[in-house]
Amino acid sequence: MMRFILPLVIFLVLSVFLYMGLGRDTREVPSPLVGKPAPAFMLPMLHDAEKKFSPQDMQGQVWLLNVWASWCGACKDEHPLLMQLSRQNIVPIVGLDYKDKIEDGIATLQKAGDPYTFTIADADGKVGFDYGVYGVPETYVIDKQGVIRFKLIGAVTQQNLKEVILPLVKELQAK
Amino acid sequence: MKYLLMVLLCLLPTFAIAGEAVDIADDPVMESRMIKLAEKVRCLVCQSEPVSTSHADWSNDVRQIMREKMKAGATDQEILDMLVERFGKSVLFDPPVDKETMPLWAAPFVLLLMGAVLLYYQLRKRTGLIKEASLSIQDEQRVAELMNEPSTAQADLTNSSKDSQA
Repeated sequence: MMRFILPLVIFLVLSVFLYMGLGRDTREVPSPLVGKPAPAFMLPMLHDAEKKFSPQDMQGQVWLLNVWASWCGACKDEHPLLMQLSRQNIVPIVGLDYKDKIEDGIATLQKAGDPYTFTIADADGKVGFDYGVYGVPETYVIDKQGVIRFKLIGAVTQQNLKEVILPLVKELQAK
Repeated sequence: MKYLLMVLLCLLPTFAIAGEAVDIADDPVMESRMIKLAEKVRCLVCQSEPVSTSHADWSNDVRQIMREKMKAGATDQEILDMLVERFGKSVLFDPPVDKETMPLWAAPFVLLLMGAVLLYYQLRKRTGLIKEASLSIQDEQRVAELMNEPSTAQADLTNSSKDSQA
């Protein structure tokens, strides 16, 4: 009997691990920044370089930091969803225009619509680097105390918005 | 004179190549130190390639930041720590041994040990299974005959070899 059970158990365990591996995107690196305070910075607004933005300004509210760029294709996919989210007025979205020309960023928002409460320009990508950005788009959920609670690598979709981001935002807002 | 000119003309392309190599950093010593360090860092956009050889935009940024940090006097370890802080341990090709990565490092040795233990018990079980084959009476007599008459056996052998030669 052992003769059959042992290989079967080994096979089943291996199958489970392989199956879990199938569903995972190896490009998605778990961010060590989740659970840590959002790195501080001071950046000019995209539309008015005179005005500056710092994460400190959002203290006391839950907010989303959405990293995007005019040259990024997947950002165009998630853009309608962000527009819809901003119309619902659930949570402020701050856009970080990553490694982009200011005029290109402004033109994109003029053409497609502007879902952002604030848009900040990270022309040289230094702030993006501090936030561990290595692909655009990326979206961070930051809580009232300024702690990063979640990082989404890739585009916002109907599914991850409904299943992950919005429930988390609601939970953090209730705190 | 014509030949000399031709030889010189042939040399022209080599000058062109020399002109193409752009000096990236003003300090070649630091540049080589940076490349050495960048070999240890995984390019997150290209996964299996180190930052030192990758042409990805992100790798360019990382190399630039390494140069800046080195200029500011940061040690290699400080730069690696900074990268791990932002991108996690998987940016390092050789992740450190700690609580989180311990199972990965230990697993091969644990499996090896398990295999050795299993093998030991299997072999012990086998020695119990081996029984000495008992010989029948006829066989025993034949053995005794063969053992007691080496001369005849020898004779047989020489005979047969002669036969084969004939």
